[in-house]
Amino acid sequence: MDAPPNPIIDFHQICHTFEKSSGEPLVVLADIDSALRDGEILGLLGRSGSGKSTFLRIAAGLIKPTSGEVLYRGAPLAGPSEGISVVFQTFALYPWLTVLENVEAGLDALRLPRAEIRRRAQAAIDLIGLDGFQSAYPRELSGGMRQRVGFARAMVADPVALLMDEPFSALDVLTAETLRTDFLDLWIGHSLPLKTVLLVTHNIEEAVLLCDRILILSSNPGRICAEIPVLLAHPRDRISPEFRAIVDEIYSTLTLRSLESIAASHGQPHGGLALALPRASVNQISGLLETVAAPSYAGHAELPNLARTLTLEVDDLFPIAEALHILGFAELTGRSLKLTAAGRVFAQGATEDRKRLLREHLLRFVPLASHIHRVLAEREEHWAPHLRFKAELEDHLVARDAERTLGAVIGWARYAELFGYDARLRRLKLGAG
Amino acid sequence: MGIFGLIGTAGHQLTGPWSAALRPAISLSPAALPLYSLRTTARMLLAMVASLIFTLTYATLAAKNRRAETVLIPLLDVLQSVPILGYLSFTVVFFIALFPGTVLGAELAAIFAIFTSQAWNMAFSFYQSLKTIPHDLDEANRSFRASGWQRFWRLEVPFAMPGLIWNMMMSMSGGWFFVVASEAVSVGDIQYTLPGVGSYVARAIQDRDLAAVGWAIIAMTITIVIYDQLLFRPMVAWADKFRFEQTAASKVPRSWLLDLFRGSKLMQFAGRVIGAVLHGTATARLQLPLMPAALRRMPLVPRLADVAWYGSVLALLGYCVIDLVRFAGHTLSWHDAAEASFNGALTLLRVAVLIVVATLVWVPIGVLVGLRPRLAEKVQPIAQFLAAFPANLLFPLAVILIVHYNLRPTIWLSPLMILGTQWYILFNVIAGASAFPNDFREAAASFRIRRLRWWRDIMLPGIFPYYVTGAITASGGAWNASIVSEAVSWGPTKLDGMGLGAYIARMTEAGDYPRIALGIAVMSLLVISINRLLWRPLYQFAEHRTRLD
Repeated sequence: MDAPPNPIIDFHQICHTFEKSSGEPLVVLADIDSALRDGEILGLLGRSGSGKSTFLRIAAGLIKPTSGEVLYRGAPLAGPSEGISVVFQTFALYPWLTVLENVEAGLDALRLPRAEIRRRAQAAIDLIGLDGFQSAYPRELSGGMRQRVGFARAMVADPVALLMDEPFSALDVLTAETLRTDFLDLWIGHSLPLKTVLLVTHNIEEAVLLCDRILILSSNPGRICAEIPVLLAHPRDRISPEFRAIVDEIYSTLTLRSLESIAASHGQPHGGLALALPRASVNQISGLLETVAAPSYAGHAELPNLARTLTLEVDDLFPIAEALHILGFAELTGRSLKLTAAGRVFAQGATEDRKRLLREHLLRFVPLASHIHRVLAEREEHWAPHLRFKAELEDHLVARDAERTLGAVIGWARYAELFGYDARLRRLKLGAG
Repeated sequence: MGIFGLIGTAGHQLTGPWSAALRPAISLSPAALPLYSLRTTARMLLAMVASLIFTLTYATLAAKNRRAETVLIPLLDVLQSVPILGYLSFTVVFFIALFPGTVLGAELAAIFAIFTSQAWNMAFSFYQSLKTIPHDLDEANRSFRASGWQRFWRLEVPFAMPGLIWNMMMSMSGGWFFVVASEAVSVGDIQYTLPGVGSYVARAIQDRDLAAVGWAIIAMTITIVIYDQLLFRPMVAWADKFRFEQTAASKVPRSWLLDLFRGSKLMQFAGRVIGAVLHGTATARLQLPLMPAALRRMPLVPRLADVAWYGSVLALLGYCVIDLVRFAGHTLSWHDAAEASFNGALTLLRVAVLIVVATLVWVPIGVLVGLRPRLAEKVQPIAQFLAAFPANLLFPLAVILIVHYNLRPTIWLSPLMILGTQWYILFNVIAGASAFPNDFREAAASFRIRRLRWWRDIMLPGIFPYYVTGAITASGGAWNASIVSEAVSWGPTKLDGMGLGAYIARMTEAGDYPRIALGIAVMSLLVISINRLLWRPLYQFAEHRTRLD
């Protein structure tokens, strides 16, 4: 391999923390050292909450990192800069401007003569394939066309670096695929001033399809936990063995990360309360168990296959798989999910059996559930305020995770009729209801 | 409160040397009415322009400057609750003193009164919009490196536009009442009359000319309809593009005038020229020099500025309170306070009873109308028109009836308070019932939920947020109206229904500034307490529990 080409945007020791109202700072990004290099599409892959959007905003100069330095072409980045454009997940178009006016808005800061603005906007519109839509308002357009406007607006200022924040995730599957292909054609075939692209995504296949290099961010706090080069030539074939091998490698990396964090919390001294539970409903848990128990998988499924057949993205599939693992209904190893005996019984059981099984497993494998159950059983009136447990969890977890964890355990325990929650009085109480 | 004290003292000092009587003759001929209507409308428009300028500056300052926000927003909240007609006497004195001997002062006083009836809710709406700019649009705008000026016109004003237009409509609708009331004013020995529909009616009342009152009502009706068609319809239709929702509307507001404009070549050309100028202004960078970076980086500077700012705010407030106490102590006794409070209680009772009565009448009617789309389409504009119509033009008719049948004014004058504002309840309930999801109605029908349970479990919770909005406006309007409706006259016959409004009206006529200030203070206090203790909790409850979306 040659020496890495010049960096366009350079990140040195980036750390970012959010101030929380409770005072304790929430570390979103820690020790990010990386660069956006000339001629590459860099993918940033991570689960929701891994700080990948924050990273993009730091690269765009929209957020100033708590510590560390961003260099754009060798000079420190002090704020949004000429030469860096952003494409947003939600498109972020002004609904009161037409397509043409929206694209022109990208040139507001440049103080160009009116005719020049019009010419460049028209050129960007032609480039992105929006000709004929100039006088339409965004609300008249489909999602795909709206994101094209987003691209045209980003390209109109002739950026050197294009930062894309999950640009295809709000689109349906087919539209997203068309836009990806069109974007690649533009990147490969045109002589644009554009030198580098950052793509933030949680879609593994999308990252492998588009990027030359993929950084995987772990969660809480976000760190780069793996760097995977993708050396395949464009156009890439999703079903080729080389492509699948890279997808599998990424799945394995992500699985390893979740298993590590589950194991880490079990090993800690406070009785496993530090285990952040994933957001997965009983219906999703049952659904995944039934799918894996079905004859086509016979109790053993590869995650990439599951994701493809169920059209689930990383953010959808991993929480459920983790929940199965934590509850002892399946074992997550490498990139595969294998049902345990209990998992098979659950998949085949009737409602009453499922409730009984979940009750037993909650008490055995989820320290938080058994803890709440014990506290409620010990109290004379068999109830306790929601806040009591939330405060206790916040000693071990950040507030956002504590909230989610408590929500997940209440959902499971309600189904298992272990304990219930009265939202009006904000209290948990023993037994059904 | 303190500010009234200040204005009050100023007013008191100013009244000595000034005794003005500006009374151009008002003709009662119907032929004079078109011109009078035009002048009334012109005042209204000027006040709206002033309100817009105020909104764009005041609300922007409050939204962008943390220090200003801590003072401006509570101040706005108080101003919103102060009865406009109450302090008309102070502003009249102030403006006439500013331009002695000319009609300009009186005109400005009238315009200022209308302005105060329009500006507060517009400023609030704009401020709230600025505070809720969607995150992604804000980031997109920042990533283009737009200047503050560009951002204001490209992002902030357009985003705030739908709320602003709606509040302008509500303001206009309320404004007719005040324009009529502020055209013929007498405060102690200061008396003025401004040519307009309001002074026409005042003259008609003096001369006991019932036919003239009728002509005025007709003229006002035509004026409001024309105003609506020529100004508001086009504006609402045009502003539709600022809606933030990304979905296409099922029903697009239309205006024949706007269609005409858009269709005509000449107008298109004019539009292009104006548009180019506006566009140039909006996209100019106009960057203000920022505070030197070195100064900003020093952590002590903002802290010191904070201390200085809050210190001076507290000092001013303290001065106002001391001044108020001194001012009140000189002239007012506990007896006055007791009298004002008793009158306040009486008016409070009236407002409460009237809101309950109006609710019992208009909620069922509003629901029944709202559930029939074809009927609602016809009734809704009428309800909105009635809400805009200045009810004070109708007072003489009621007074004649009361005099004729020798009814007790303490009871029979009361309904006048809510004559103009009850329609807010009606049209909000109609809007709520029209927006009620059909699924819910069908579900209720399929479960055969009927009568009492249908009202209690299905319909009333469904329209509740709308009802609360309407009732807040209606009760606020009723307080304001009490000042002109609790004491009325017909020629030499004077009816006094007692109550705080009558108290303020009486003191205004006598030019007794300390007691006017006392009356306003008591009324503001009552309005603010009711807003805090009743309407705000109800509104929050409605927001949380019964919101449908």
